[in-house]
Amino acid sequence: MDTEITLRVDGAAHPLTVDTRTTLLDALRERLRNTSPKKGCDHGQCGACTVLLDGRRVNSCLVLAVTVDDADVTTSDGLAAGGEPHALHRAFVEHDAFQCGYCTPGQICSAAGVLAEARAGWPSGVTDPGEDGGDLTDDEIRERMSGNLCRCAAYANIVPAVAEVAAAEGVRR
Amino acid sequence: MREFRYERAADPAAAVALLAAEPEGAFLGGGTNLVDLMKLGVATPDVLVDVRRLTSAEITDLPDGGLRIGAAVPNADLAADRRVRERFPVLSQALLAGASGQLRNRATTGGNLLQRTRCPYFTDVTTPCNKRAPGSGCSALEGVHRNHAILGPTLEGPGTCVATHPSDMAVALAALDASVRVLGADGERVVPMSGLHRLPGDDPSRDTTLRHGELITAIDLPALGMPSRYRKVRDRASFAFALVSVAAAVRVVDGVVDDVRLALGGVAHRPWRATVAEEALRGRPATEESFAAAAGAELAAAVPLRDNAFKVPLARNLVVRTLLQLTEDPR
Repeated sequence: MDTEITLRVDGAAHPLTVDTRTTLLDALRERLRNTSPKKGCDHGQCGACTVLLDGRRVNSCLVLAVTVDDADVTTSDGLAAGGEPHALHRAFVEHDAFQCGYCTPGQICSAAGVLAEARAGWPSGVTDPGEDGGDLTDDEIRERMSGNLCRCAAYANIVPAVAEVAAAEGVRR
Repeated sequence: MREFRYERAADPAAAVALLAAEPEGAFLGGGTNLVDLMKLGVATPDVLVDVRRLTSAEITDLPDGGLRIGAAVPNADLAADRRVRERFPVLSQALLAGASGQLRNRATTGGNLLQRTRCPYFTDVTTPCNKRAPGSGCSALEGVHRNHAILGPTLEGPGTCVATHPSDMAVALAALDASVRVLGADGERVVPMSGLHRLPGDDPSRDTTLRHGELITAIDLPALGMPSRYRKVRDRASFAFALVSVAAAVRVVDGVVDDVRLALGGVAHRPWRATVAEEALRGRPATEESFAAAAGAELAAAVPLRDNAFKVPLARNLVVRTLLQLTEDPR
């Protein structure tokens, strides 16, 4: 059933007519040709499709496009303001935090969400009860990034990449 | 995926009225489970009424020290709320033990309660499943059932079902004696957590006692006033469903259990409030021996399947360990 929506993606508004069944991920990739978010499992289990929705990380494969026509969508591409790589982009390159690169845009968006959540003091499942979650130790990064799978298993370099940016942003002691 | 009409409503009452006229329609919250089930062909609504931002997304104080949680509060916000972390740590910990950061940002409190089992046969439309296709049989009974129910399943007849409820949050809410505020065509009613989720009985297709078109609007938490904790055992360190989980709260006075709440996850078709163990513990010394005896009494009713008998000692040990931890280090 066709529905008219406007998707605001990486700062630009795109009027679109979509079937109600279209996920945000498919709208981005197939309609707007923004292939930064990737389709891995398409079931919310791998995190390759992660984007920021009004600044919060979500699995775009489980979000229907018709439900977000009033939200700001940011992809990994959009984090590179004016073509300048984001600190996370640089850190992933410097730490060799990928092999094939397919999961990387999702990892980057998820890491951006992790940093924001830590700045807000959100705890995680490994945070000591009663403590704030503002110190992104390696264990914290592993737990908070567990929604992003890397079949090349570049985790050993992803953790230091995220840790470097966390330290620079004051959310790692 | 079946074609569907997408509707928004002006307020919760309008959403309830909309769905009342649509026997095959469904409410859409965060969609993290429903959209997936629609892709799999397990859920086939012809109308979706979007309620994600229709109910309250606020957490408000109740006069007795409890909290009212709007059904639209995202799981992530509920887990991070300072009042929840201070007064009901078991709830925050349960939420953070579940799903991933991405899913918790999108999933709602109301939707979390209504998520469906992750039994692999329920989500595979090519296999028999009494929950998905009543009367077709239960593939898990003799199939892959390592992570299925040990308490309260239906093991024979057309209602056969050994599925478990997947929610961590619901286990904490069961222990906390939460109540669920529900809006229907006839007005609002309050359903205690103990009366929300069902055992499979002779109709495993129904997970809850809610009627079609009823909308969860809020969850009320009564004041707890004792330390609480959630512990979860799973096959990997993060982002996996529970093999067994325990939500516990206990108050010890002069070495004796004054009050206790216990609920188990991953063991039954619904969050399993361990009332037998609670009864066995009240007034007893707060010792490892009492905890083990109480857990054993609760699990005496266990009916493990071929490949999940390990859950019985696992649940027993987890109850004991969690109560010991709570009584020795009650932060």
